Amino acid sequence: MNRINQTFASLKTRHKKALIPFITAGDPDPALTVDLMHRLVEAGSDIVELGIPFSDPMADGPTIQRSSERALKYHVTLTNVLEMVAEFRKKDSQTPVVLMGYANPVEAIGQASFAQKAQQAGVDGVLIVDYPPEECGEWVDCLEQHGIDAIFLLSPTTKPERVKQVAKLAKGYIYYVSLRGVTGAKHLDLRDVEHMLEQLRQSVSIPIGVGFGIRDGETAHAVAGLADAVVIGSRIIEEIENASRDNALDKVKMLVQSLRNAIDGNTTNTNC
Amino acid sequence: MNVYDLPDKSGHFGPYGGVFVAETLISALDQLREQYEHFRNDAEFQKEFADELKHYVGRPSPIYHAKRWSEHLGGAKILLKREDLNHTGAHKVNNTVGQALLARRMGKTRVIAETGAGQHGVATATVAARYGMKCVVYMGSEDVRRQATNVYRMKLLGAEVVPVESGSRTLKDALNEAMRDWVTHVEDTFYIIGTVAGPHPYPMMVRDFQTVIGNEAKIQMLEAYGRQPDILIACVGGGSNAIGLFYPYIDENSVKMIGVEAAGKGLDTDQHAATLVKGRPGVLHGNRTYLIQDNDGQIIETHSISAGLDYPGVGPEHAWLKDIHRAEYVGVTDNEALEAFHALCRYEGIMPALESSHALAYAAKLAPTLDKDKLLLVNLSGRGDKDMATVAQMSGINL
Repeated sequence: MNRINQTFASLKTRHKKALIPFITAGDPDPALTVDLMHRLVEAGSDIVELGIPFSDPMADGPTIQRSSERALKYHVTLTNVLEMVAEFRKKDSQTPVVLMGYANPVEAIGQASFAQKAQQAGVDGVLIVDYPPEECGEWVDCLEQHGIDAIFLLSPTTKPERVKQVAKLAKGYIYYVSLRGVTGAKHLDLRDVEHMLEQLRQSVSIPIGVGFGIRDGETAHAVAGLADAVVIGSRIIEEIENASRDNALDKVKMLVQSLRNAIDGNTTNTNC
Repeated sequence: MNVYDLPDKSGHFGPYGGVFVAETLISALDQLREQYEHFRNDAEFQKEFADELKHYVGRPSPIYHAKRWSEHLGGAKILLKREDLNHTGAHKVNNTVGQALLARRMGKTRVIAETGAGQHGVATATVAARYGMKCVVYMGSEDVRRQATNVYRMKLLGAEVVPVESGSRTLKDALNEAMRDWVTHVEDTFYIIGTVAGPHPYPMMVRDFQTVIGNEAKIQMLEAYGRQPDILIACVGGGSNAIGLFYPYIDENSVKMIGVEAAGKGLDTDQHAATLVKGRPGVLHGNRTYLIQDNDGQIIETHSISAGLDYPGVGPEHAWLKDIHRAEYVGVTDNEALEAFHALCRYEGIMPALESSHALAYAAKLAPTLDKDKLLLVNLSGRGDKDMATVAQMSGINL
């Protein structure tokens, strides 16, 4: 069983929901990324999503785009990102790492070559946001050959027949984009999410994580009541952005701890 | 004879094109594709489009023999397809009229657009005013600064211009931002893309609306010269004016097609926008095509004196036409384009857009090498009034 499946299986036996934070590799400084990943785990994260910086992150909002720009100032490449994962694996052989990014850096390495290198580095899943199911037959095969889960997005506008199509390809977990728009957007309607998740579960048998628009402990708690996993990106990036280089690690750790508590239903310190 | 019949159903031109977008955009694109498939075969729609092109845009645009310039250069006859005479002064409006009519039929009340130099923004603001729609134009803040006149023009036409501060603050970033707007407001909003790039069906749809250029040319050439041209020449940024001229000629193998890209400060420098000549395939803005990128797959800022050619991608159909050797793609530098700009002003009394000046510059290179009975048809895609400040600055003159 791979690390992602193991993680969800273990959470299930403990009646817990997964917390999946997102950070961009190289933000605010490539030297901090591996430490940051360890802090995320210490703070109670179950899976770490690591963003591959890209010059044109079309599906992301301004916060995550800025994090990409900060990383690219250090010329962080996809190869560097894989090196960071390999470094992380030296101390952590348990926590799943999912890479998230855009197609072009992958194409620059080549899909097959990337999949092989990602496996060697210890990557567990990959979500390329601009590889929708209809453009990624070979891609999914490449990942599968190297034991990496192809993670896919579903959105409120995804039609039922398409949900089935995605469900056939998707491994690990499904990332449900909880609102229309880009990452970091602000209005999340929980009743909509609840309704959609009910529908999705008719076709999707793997865990469903919900992301986009989760900005505080209260929302994280509410979403955890509905979904299998809570994905939080922009809010964490904001914390990094507003911290100094010296206290970024601690600030992020505190934030993620409070989100963990909120998700677990511990109502103290949900003010994050 | 092989009949060229691309893209395929899923929007591919060989390995290029396609729908490389996040899930959040899929249903909007599905809806657009279905609606466009319906209306492209709808006689009423096509009639309204043709009427608008005739009475609002002022089509057909003439083919003009640049006699004095041709004689000065010596060699082939240079003919100009006068898209500069269209309402708003460029070919862009052919496409914005088409997409705005489609938007209306789809019940969308708000249109958005990206723009670089502002030409497509102006063409979109124009049709939004014409059809009474709300209009928001995204423009890189760097371009807003460089193209103040066009910004004001869009505002006069009732559009809101949103400066984009992300990335390199130019056209590609404006496109990213427009996509984000569309994802968020897809219910009431139609995204009018200005060139033959983006995810399917845009490259096909924009091409279809622009083929009026080549379709007219085929008739006009027969009427005036009794035959088709030997060579077609058009500038290529995203490539909409070029594909509009080329497409109706693709199956006519005796007609050579040349796309001219911006070689900026030279093809051997890193200051150019010659995507097909110097780039390599990748995925950007929803399609697979040639891109100007670094070894790690990051998109690099391009350079051209002409804002309309200053784009790191290119329409996927051009990528395919290059690979199958049906069209040839070459580069022309800033200086060569400027020289052609001045030549056309002086010899013909026509001030061409700097974009179009790239095509003219290549015609000026080619014509003297060819016999006098050869016909070169150059797409004069836009007029140059918008570029006066740039040209003056390059000549060391403060206006």
